[in-house]
This record gives sequence, structure tokens and C-alpha cells, in this order.
Amino acid sequence: MLELRNISFQAENEDDGKEIEILRNVNLTIEDRFVAVTGPNGSGKSTLAKIVAGILTPTEGQIFLDGTDITDKSITERAKLGIGFAFQQPVRFKGITVKDLLSIAAGKDTAMSEICSMLSEVGLCARDYVNREINASLSGGELKRIEIAMIMARKSRLAIFDEPEAGIDLWSFQSLIRVFEKMHEQTKGTILIISHQERILNIADQIVLLSDGRIEKTGSREEIMPDLLGAGQPCRTLADKL
Amino acid sequence: MRHSEQSGIKEEIMDTIQQELLSQVAGLHEVPEGAYNIRANGELAGRNTTANIDIITKEDRSGIDIRIRPGTKSESVHIPVVLSKSGLKESVYNDFFVGEDSDVTIVAGCGIHNSGSAASAHSGIHRFFVEKNAKVRYVEKHYGSGDGSGERIMNPTTEIHLAEGAVLEMETVQIKGIDSTVRTTSAEVAQGASLVIREKIMTHGKQRAETDFKVDMAGADSSVNLISRSVAKEHSTQIFRSRIVGNASCHGHSECDAIIMDEASVSAIPELTANDIDANLIHEAAIGKIAGEQLIKLMTLGLTEKEAEEQIVNGFLK
Repeated sequence: MLELRNISFQAENEDDGKEIEILRNVNLTIEDRFVAVTGPNGSGKSTLAKIVAGILTPTEGQIFLDGTDITDKSITERAKLGIGFAFQQPVRFKGITVKDLLSIAAGKDTAMSEICSMLSEVGLCARDYVNREINASLSGGELKRIEIAMIMARKSRLAIFDEPEAGIDLWSFQSLIRVFEKMHEQTKGTILIISHQERILNIADQIVLLSDGRIEKTGSREEIMPDLLGAGQPCRTLADKL
Repeated sequence: MRHSEQSGIKEEIMDTIQQELLSQVAGLHEVPEGAYNIRANGELAGRNTTANIDIITKEDRSGIDIRIRPGTKSESVHIPVVLSKSGLKESVYNDFFVGEDSDVTIVAGCGIHNSGSAASAHSGIHRFFVEKNAKVRYVEKHYGSGDGSGERIMNPTTEIHLAEGAVLEMETVQIKGIDSTVRTTSAEVAQGASLVIREKIMTHGKQRAETDFKVDMAGADSSVNLISRSVAKEHSTQIFRSRIVGNASCHGHSECDAIIMDEASVSAIPELTANDIDANLIHEAAIGKIAGEQLIKLMTLGLTEKEAEEQIVNGFLK
């Protein structure tokens, strides 16, 4: 179970050097199977995910994982405690292969048969990818799927996905959702997904709606979805063009 | 029978330090297959020739001539050098004559172990005369060990002459322990010939590594590809110079990609000269520190910052 208590995060605006508040006093408890965090661009979704993974340090507040305060724990320590994080934009590495990264993720040298099973879950054939470098020769979609395979390899009890659907070319949403289901079967943990996609929100047990750095609303899919679909309707001028 | 005798000779002359150096620079644990010449502390420690590959000691100066008959296929020559005597300085001249249409692998390399206070230095001057349509894979490794204050200095000079249609692929690696190195490589590439050089360097402490490539593309359809990847740590200094001159219709490409860490310094100085309208020359250079997001990614996979750094550097130099 993940609990955020009074989390605030301030950063300096690059243009005028003024402090801006990206998250304000966020209180949140997450224990469901699939939890989706949604909200408009700039609402603080990615910041929230990075604070949980330890990539950003909150200006105020505390984070608890299964009752233990992890606010001062490093990224590495949190990873070892079972927090996994799939980047919105996967990172490229010269000379490091798919096999290397999956082995690092799994914490051991991984056999071809295991790599085959991990990559096939994300729709890639191990034969074509195992020795490929994680460099510019891979497309954004391929990198994204490898990123997801890495989180599967870690068997994290709290797996965070920052906009996993972005850039997933031909591979379908359906497959992505199957991956989430399979991960949950294996770990019995929580999968926290940052997403705008209705199809992903539709599988969430809990939806958190962020707006301007605050939690506007949180609850079950049934409670939140009707409001979400009703809200933000475009004005007539825009609607005419859609 | 002959094999075991030679193995015995090697063990008598070489101690464990030298054998360790040998395994580092030439990947050799046993006497190699095919032709070889092993030089230890300035003396011959073993030699084998084959029907197609002859090795002859030079009479006018220190070094050997390696003569490879035309048409020799799938054979290899190992010529490692090891120095374990502190203060030893030597210059060695090795000439390779590679006959037409042959296809061979040449493994050179030098290991210096210096546990004394005097500088040890090895300067290997290698000249390659690669005849028409011959193909050579040339692997060279440099390695230093020992905790003495004496410097370990290596200054390899490589001079390459490629005749029509000849191909030479050179891999040169210096990962550890060499305090000072000036690596000079010059090449002349004839019509339809092709040269590929892959260099990997890592420096640390106060080490200094200078690389100087000069390639003349003399014939039509010649090509060269120079690829250098390096990591400069602590207070080390690296200088990468490459000069490519296109005198005919040709393709020239050089690439210097360096990771800089700590207080190190790296310079990349490319020079391209086209003397023919169909000379097509490109240089790419990139120097930068390890990207923060690369470290963060590996840390989210459970590595510490230091382990992440090692993974990134090892991958980069792999």
C-alpha cells in the first residue's frame, strides 16, 4: 500500500526564476489493483509519479510504502523495496543491449528462454531484439515496449507507468491491458498508470483526477468516469471542427 | 609433441606476471594456434612459423618481418609483447608483408607490468604492406599493471599501405594502466581499398592519451571509417586528431564519441581535406558527460549510482 501525506512540490520557473507550486498538499492512499492518475497537461501527474519513484524529492510531506516512511530513501533503495518506474520517454544507451537491460532489471543474468517470454509479452520476438543496442536504431514504439518488458522483469509490487500508451504503434491497447493483468497476477501488487486514455481509465479500479497540482477527485471508476466524460467538452467552434 | 615442447619453453621463460599480461593483451592462456612470436622483456620467448607464414628476425634493428604468402586463408599470427622489468625501454620495428588474395588475422598487443620506480616504455612501430585484394583483421590491445611509481609508456605507430582492393580492419583497445600514450596511425588507401579502424580508450588518474590518425585516400572508390570511443576519468587527458585527405572519388568518415567524467579533459580535432570533387568526407564528434537520465533509469532498476555508471561505461566501450 502506498500513502502520500501532504505532498507538495515546488520548482523554479525557468523563464522568470520564480518558485511555482507543481503539487499542493496531496494526500492519497493507493491499494487497489489498477490505479489511474489522470488530469490535464501540467496538472502534476508525472511529477507525482517521479516523487513516488524517488526521482524528485518533495518540498514537503511524507511517503509511506506498506507503513514504512520512504521519504528519505534513494531511487535505488526504493527500487529494491519493489517500486518500478516505466519512463514516458525511454532512455537510450550506446552499447547496452536489450538482454543487458532485461538482465539488470531481473537482477540476474537472464537466459534466452526467459528473455523470449518477456519480450513476447510486449509483442517483440526475442530473436530479433535480444542483441540489439538500446540506441537510436530502435523506434520510439520499440523502446517503449522494451521499457514495459523491463518493469515486468522486475516483478515490482508497485509498478508505475508514465503514459505507457504514448507511442505504442501497431501494438494494441488490448495487449497493453493484458500485460497489466498478467503483471498483477504475478505480483499481486499495485499498478499505477499515468494516462489520458479512456480505454486505460476504463480498466482502473481507482481513478485519481489531478488538476493544477491538487487532487480534484478520487474514487472508483464508476464514480469518476461520468464526470470525466462530461467535463471538458469543447466549445462549439472547436466541436464543429472535430 | 611439438606443441607441448613449445608450451614448456614458454613456461620456463615466462613467469606468472608475464603470463597474466599475455592473457590480457592477446587473450592467450596457452600457446596460440598458427604462427606466433612472443617477446618478453626484450627477448624472444617463443616463435612458430607455418608453411604460409614466415617470421624473420631483423638484422639491422630490433624487430621482425612477418611474411604471409599470397592466397593464405584463415590463418592467424600472434605477436604479443610483455614487459615486466621496471625501467626497460625499447623500440621494436615489425613489418607485415601480406600477399595478394590472402585473408588473415593478426593479433598484436603489449602489456607492461611496472612495480618499480623507473619508467618502462615500449614503442612498437608496425608497418603493413597489404597487397592486392588481401584482407587483414588486425587486433591490438594495450594493458598496464603493477603498483610502482614508474610510468608505463606505450607509443604505438602504425603505418598502413593498402594496395588495390585490399581491406584492413583494425581494432585497437587500451582500457587500463597505461600512463602515457601517443598513438600514431597513418594510412595510404589505393583504388577500391578499404580501411576501418575502431579505437577504444579509457584513461584514469593522471593518464594522457593522444591519438593521431592520418589517412590519404589515393585511389578511386577507396573508403575509410575511423571510429573512436573513449572514456576519460579523474584527471586524465585525451586528444583525438584525425586527418582525412580525399585525393580521388572516395568515402571518408571519422567519428569521435567521448564520455568525460570528473576533472578530465578531452579534445577532438578533426581535419578533412577534399582535393577531388567526388571526395565525400564526414566527421562527427561528440563529447559529454553521462546523461543524468541514463543513471536514473538504471537506478530505478536497482543499481546504485556507481554501479549504473560502471554499466554505462562498460557498455559504451564494449
